[in-house]
Amino acid sequence: MKAAEFNHVNMKYNEQYVLQDINFSIEEKDFMAIIGPNGGGKSTLLKIMLGLLTPDDGEVKVFGKDPKHARDLMGYLPQNLSFDPQFPISVYETVLTGRYHGLFKSYKQSDEEAVIQALNDVEMQDFKDRQIGKLSGGQMQRVFIARAIVRNPKLLLMDEPMASIDPDMQSSFYKLMSQLKDEMAIVLVSHDVGAVSTHVDKIACLNRELFYHGPVEDSARGLEEIYHCPIDLISHGIPHRVLREH
Amino acid sequence: MYDFLQYEFIQRALITAVLVSIVCGVVGSYVVIKRIVSLSGAISHAAFGGVGLGYFLTVNPVLAAIPFSIASAMAIGGVEKKVNISADTAMGILWSVGMALGVIFINLTPGYAPDLFSYLFGDILTVTNSDLLIMLTLDLIIITTVYIFRREFLAVSFDEEFSTVVGLPSLPIYMLLLALVALSVVVLMKVVGIILLIALFTIPAAISKQYTHNLTKLMSLATIIGIILASVGIILSYIFNLASGATIVMVLAAAFLISYYLKD
Repeated sequence: MKAAEFNHVNMKYNEQYVLQDINFSIEEKDFMAIIGPNGGGKSTLLKIMLGLLTPDDGEVKVFGKDPKHARDLMGYLPQNLSFDPQFPISVYETVLTGRYHGLFKSYKQSDEEAVIQALNDVEMQDFKDRQIGKLSGGQMQRVFIARAIVRNPKLLLMDEPMASIDPDMQSSFYKLMSQLKDEMAIVLVSHDVGAVSTHVDKIACLNRELFYHGPVEDSARGLEEIYHCPIDLISHGIPHRVLREH
Repeated sequence: MYDFLQYEFIQRALITAVLVSIVCGVVGSYVVIKRIVSLSGAISHAAFGGVGLGYFLTVNPVLAAIPFSIASAMAIGGVEKKVNISADTAMGILWSVGMALGVIFINLTPGYAPDLFSYLFGDILTVTNSDLLIMLTLDLIIITTVYIFRREFLAVSFDEEFSTVVGLPSLPIYMLLLALVALSVVVLMKVVGIILLIALFTIPAAISKQYTHNLTKLMSLATIIGIILASVGIILSYIFNLASGATIVMVLAAAFLISYYLKD
């Protein structure tokens, strides 16, 4: 079964296409990067996959189901969360919200263990009682990654995960991703080609339309194909460096 | 010095202060951390329509304000989420329409509305026993609801979108929170008045937020601070013969400034 499937999906805001005729699929345990400029529709695409937005037409399936009914199978890392820096919630409580079971259902012992495990995975276990607002940007991002993986999803969607992770953290981030991809499909969106690096299996470019480059090795051969990408991406992201390493 | 404590009206005022502070501590904490202070201000002003309706129908205006303020809370919340109007604009419209309706209802009511001023600016001495009973009931409803939905309220206050992704009914929970805000407005309005109550709603929680990062502790601390400051306000208003609502607000503001400077 495919982890996610888009067939002729269109999405408009105020009569303008944000996404146009999107067709692609994600296999189970794929690690896919979708790159594209800001405003290219990347976050919209993820939100459609999560069932937070409904496309104007076309069909979206996540594990063969309507996205709204497949949410148990998905983990989500949103982009730039804005909240009161003094918000009274600890790191532990933040990750625990990822284990929500439903109205009138309390969290269980197994939830507690899952939270500790997820915090261990992102190396934030020592900060579990810290107020979320008192963390650095990179630490906060790791907590939100823990929150996304704490329910052991089968499809992990990450919106600009590298945005606030400092360069030292990047390698441990990819190490974590390579562990996770044995258990789940991962889709990562980014405006920064350099950030995508050599670790992903597949690359697609999104700027209203989606150009799928398939496995990284193949796209290295067809370099002209990458020129379907928006020009600013090519110039600032040095994509050939990414591709040459393959 | 303490002989005024023997007066029944002062005792009743202090009981009122406790009931009011519980609401401010519990719901006010959500209002502050979810950053819906102005939205709550709009709900409270719109509740004046309910007060007018109460005069018009000759029922207790506090009672009449309950359905009215819940309806306006639902309208603001619904418009904000569903319709293509900015929340800011929706609040502004509901704010003034609610008050305008209140004025028209009072115009339509024969005779004179004697304690109208107390609904606008608060007068703790006009709190009757039936008002106290209404406040106590609403306090119990609010505390029970918050206890039952504590997980949902925390998650939605922190991150509505993520809450939806993990299967939480975010919009209904948000609307329920706004309904609690509306009920709290009703509890508060006789004491500090519709126009001033937002201070009592926000300041105890805003002060407490600087000292704890646990929501339950925040609520308890805000309640205690509310009881102390509201009581001080009531006593000062008695001693200097000032309006209770305005005096309580000034005491709260002073406390906020002091705590802010002490913290730095």
